[in-house]
Amino acid sequence: MVASPVESEVKEVVQQAIEKHGKSPDALIPVLSEINRALGYVPAEAIREVKRQIHNPAERTFAAESQLYGLVSFYDMLSTQPRGRHVIKFCENAPCHVVGGKAIWDALRETLQLKNGETTPDKKWTLVTTSCIGLCSVGPVLLVDDDMYGNVTVEQIPDILERYE
Amino acid sequence: MKTKRAMILVSTDPESIRLGANELLENLKEALDAYGLQDEVDIATLADTERSNILPVVVVYPEATIYGPVKPGDARYLVEEHLYKGRIAEDLLAPPKELTGQIGSLRANKGYNPAEQRIVLERAGRIDPENIEETIASNGYEALGKVLTDMTPEQVIDIVEKSGLQGRGGAGFSAGRKWKFVRAAQGDKKYVICNADESEPGTFKDRIVLEGDPHVILEAMAIAGYAVGADEGYIYIRGEYGLAYRRLQHAIEQAQEFGFLGKNVFGTDFNFHVHLHAGAGAYVCGEETALIESIEGKRGEPRARPPYPVTHGLWKKPTTVNNVETLANIPAIIRNDAEWYRSFGTPSSPGTKVYTIMGNVNFSGVIEVPMGITLREVINIYAKGMKPGSVMKLAQTGGSSGSVIPAALQDVPMDFESFRKAGVSLGSGALLICDQNTCIVDLVKVLLQFFRFESCGKCTPCRIGTQRTYEIVERISQGHGNLEDLDKLADIAAEMERASNCGLGQTAAVPIRDMLKHFRTEVEAHIQTGNCPTGVCEMTRDIELA
Repeated sequence: MVASPVESEVKEVVQQAIEKHGKSPDALIPVLSEINRALGYVPAEAIREVKRQIHNPAERTFAAESQLYGLVSFYDMLSTQPRGRHVIKFCENAPCHVVGGKAIWDALRETLQLKNGETTPDKKWTLVTTSCIGLCSVGPVLLVDDDMYGNVTVEQIPDILERYE
Repeated sequence: MKTKRAMILVSTDPESIRLGANELLENLKEALDAYGLQDEVDIATLADTERSNILPVVVVYPEATIYGPVKPGDARYLVEEHLYKGRIAEDLLAPPKELTGQIGSLRANKGYNPAEQRIVLERAGRIDPENIEETIASNGYEALGKVLTDMTPEQVIDIVEKSGLQGRGGAGFSAGRKWKFVRAAQGDKKYVICNADESEPGTFKDRIVLEGDPHVILEAMAIAGYAVGADEGYIYIRGEYGLAYRRLQHAIEQAQEFGFLGKNVFGTDFNFHVHLHAGAGAYVCGEETALIESIEGKRGEPRARPPYPVTHGLWKKPTTVNNVETLANIPAIIRNDAEWYRSFGTPSSPGTKVYTIMGNVNFSGVIEVPMGITLREVINIYAKGMKPGSVMKLAQTGGSSGSVIPAALQDVPMDFESFRKAGVSLGSGALLICDQNTCIVDLVKVLLQFFRFESCGKCTPCRIGTQRTYEIVERISQGHGNLEDLDKLADIAAEMERASNCGLGQTAAVPIRDMLKHFRTEVEAHIQTGNCPTGVCEMTRDIELA
């Protein structure tokens, strides 16, 4: 298991996210996104800390832990589980599918020996499917972290994976 | 003053220079002189082309035709063909975008076809989106100035209504009427929301606008604010659109500095503030009430309607929610008038439409053309035909929630009314063209896989319907289907369409319905022969033919 982030680090990340986006209701999702970006996921400690900092009926700011869990589990870009150092997102929607996406997906699973949503034992890779990322004219498309790859062929996969430490 | 009719850009990054860009530049100038075009055509250099495999690159505006690699010796031929004779020098055309490595934008594919009519994408790809001065130099913020100094809010709404502009998010509701409702709604606080949560599979038209011309959205939102009586706006942009987010953020700061946003816009007493709000990944947030819930810090679950956002929107205040493409039409309509806009497209669907083309065709990318052209025209002219060996079998218009139409319907004019009459929907304008190797069962399975994943789960018809229909279609694709399954699919689809709370569940039924309507024989063949006629589906049962 990846060691959970130390408490002081979580506090600082939450603090910074709230300073940047504020405590109003429309800041909640940006705050959680910021935490997810910094830590790779939103750990339980961070949810408790967000609640502790934001929930203040006297100031009319509200945040229940259940509500925060509800948000993190609803939105795709937020995760309650730690992920690998690199996340591969593969688009499995129709535009990528009709131009050969399935072969790419099979090759990815085989190369990494992972199923959808799993992380390699060395914590290097997490493999997930994603919905359309708006690059349909160059399908099949995959994302490694924030890097986008278009017109991917099965032969290119080892080459792409090798670029990451 | 002489009129310039074209502009040539030559890439002059170090690699291009190594490959002869300087000599090419000289040769182009000589060729222009030789043909007497020196006063009509400008030459300039281009630093960053993002096209390292085709250097040196030559881009010819106004069509933004991209040539590459162009050798110094090609200069005379290029000038003769493109600028003197006026036709594209096909053999020098750049191949489609580099296919490996990192890709950030699709600038390269823009303006490929001279016959396009550009209103929405007029500036995208032609100006530096991070430089407000270039925007201003090509009519940016002119319409906002006109509106604030010369027009009443009612006059603005009137022009938009007369232009016949219909919402480009998919539903096609009159933009002017929506604004009228919000203006008439009770409340001292109102909002303008730009729906930039584009996540319909196959659709990336809004991304091209946001990345290529962010100011057009800000200008249009301010005009909308003035028209409906709002002083605050939100851009809800999908979380995955990082580049578009950064460009919008930068554009907002610039617009504030120039007095086009913020307090006392254009020195008048109109105030308008824009907030940029990134989504966190949920297809359903493209639905306007789900989007509003999401801005309010909640799970993006659609509200029951009525009441509609025009009276009970963000924080329960009157709100107009407009799609990116809809808004991008507004400044041009104000500048040129409603009649001008009506000169494009068809009487019932005026203007242009931005389409994204993909699938088994030779050209994938974005085009903007007048409403009412046919799918056949799109495929033959703009998509450069089907790929070698491909014959068109079907197309899905409007992304995953769009209609699946057989080749027989490819001559229906693409406008809201004609499509409605033909029982199909235009949706967001994503055109996925599929050839004979596409299996309808497999395709619908992929679509339903998407919907069952993206259903927010709030209402039963959608939550259970998407899951059960997926299971049935999967069973058929594995060779375990039976004929009663088709009735079940039809029943569930009808119920999803009738009873789902929002567009997601209602449109998830569309591909199922279309499959049964147009491709029933193919589905039956899966069941009766235990084989997939196109050989795509994995049949796992032992076949016993009667």
